[in-house]
Amino acid sequence: MAPLFYIFAVLAILAALSVVLQRTPVYSALSLIVVLCSLAVVYLLLGAEFLAVIQVIIYAGAIMVLFVLVIMLLNARQETPSDRSRLARWLGAPLLLVFLGELLFAVWERFPAATTRAAALPDAGPRAVGALLFRSYVLPFEVTSILILVAVLGAVVLAKKRL
Amino acid sequence: MATGSNMPLLLLAILAKVGVVLLVLLTTIAYAVWLERKVVARIQSRWGPYLVGPHGLLQPVADALKIFFKEDIVPTEVDRVVYCLAPFLAFSLALLSISVIPFGESVTIGGATIHFQITDLNVGLLFVFAVTSLGVYGVALAGWSSNSKYSLLGGLRSSAQMISYELSLGLGVVGVVMLAGSLSLREIVEHQSGLWNVFVQPVGFLIYFTAAVAETNRVPFDLPEGESELVGGFHTEYSSFKFAMFFMAEYANIVTVSCLATLLFFGGWLGPVFGPPLLRALLPVFWFCLKVFCFLFLYIWIRGTLPRFRYDQLMAFGWKFLLPLGLLNVLVTSLVLAWRST
Repeated sequence: MAPLFYIFAVLAILAALSVVLQRTPVYSALSLIVVLCSLAVVYLLLGAEFLAVIQVIIYAGAIMVLFVLVIMLLNARQETPSDRSRLARWLGAPLLLVFLGELLFAVWERFPAATTRAAALPDAGPRAVGALLFRSYVLPFEVTSILILVAVLGAVVLAKKRL
Repeated sequence: MATGSNMPLLLLAILAKVGVVLLVLLTTIAYAVWLERKVVARIQSRWGPYLVGPHGLLQPVADALKIFFKEDIVPTEVDRVVYCLAPFLAFSLALLSISVIPFGESVTIGGATIHFQITDLNVGLLFVFAVTSLGVYGVALAGWSSNSKYSLLGGLRSSAQMISYELSLGLGVVGVVMLAGSLSLREIVEHQSGLWNVFVQPVGFLIYFTAAVAETNRVPFDLPEGESELVGGFHTEYSSFKFAMFFMAEYANIVTVSCLATLLFFGGWLGPVFGPPLLRALLPVFWFCLKVFCFLFLYIWIRGTLPRFRYDQLMAFGWKFLLPLGLLNVLVTSLVLAWRST
């Protein structure tokens, strides 16, 4: 399983870099889909099949489709580089390195290699997830759905001024 | 998990199984096209393909050869990377979902157990839906990258239709999942050993089948390629092998949704089993194939019979009729289940 993990972990990182570096918006969106799908494979390798499939259905299959369609409809072809922010150009890379170093340090501090072991997997099947969602977290779940409903109504009102 | 010593053998067995399934699937696709031409021809009082081989049986081979040797025209203004990626995406995703479809009961011959399935995922049903939901990209990206107004409009129509009907497709099968209490296709079939789901969930089946026809962009929901308005839809600018990949992807999707309909509502491989051990082992596979064939025939029959919807009718039907009906079906099913369990 380890080689598969490394293949997809590296793929996810490369695709994530590509999301940022691509100049054409559609390519960025497509790279993001690759990131999401590689993450799904990592979930699958961890034995969380339900989570992996849900990841693909919701993120890659629904949310990113919306992104791609919007980009296509706006007909955004090429991003024109703006040379205005000189500060970002000089400070960006060093700050990024500092942040990455900090992150790595924190991870190493928290999980030293010697003590890290694969934990016994909690049940991550549909039954367990459903029980959590509809028993322990039923209030946040319902609040979220009302929030989404409000967002849908808002979108309809904005898009259709005359109803 | 396999031990180290028989790992290569296991890998070889898996590869062999994948190869066989792919071969069967591709042949089915080729002959589904032949069957469609024949049946539609009969419906329209014609003969259909007749010249290549007896009853035109070699027509798929001739078509495949022709499509290989055609000139591959790539328009100059296309976005090359995405333009080439789209047909591969559509085709490979269409083939991918067959990997979790079980074709028959597991049989033991000479100590070795053979599963008629490439892999038994415990969320097999959701896996098929995940792959189907990714299928939108092939269509949408093809439409966009072609840089042509007909392709773009066709691609947008197609994606809007696929996204809309995906919801009903999912809602249609929720009842079945609730009855079986599992997302594994194998367990769903085994749960139907007493009574097929189509008799318990007739509304669910109708919703599923209608949405599946729309999802595969077939008549009467084939607006994405409404030739009188859109030339050819999202694949207008494609030619030769790239076009063939879209074409094959469409038929592979039809085979997949037919398999799924058989598994979810018509008892999969269940059927009368009798005779000597070998026959006993192969009969379930035969029943499965027979049921899938009936669905393929039904698809073609519908194509030969019904006229096309108008686009606003299609959207209104999907959102205002099929989706509420699906929700109602879920509600009623869960109420009955809850009432029965108390």
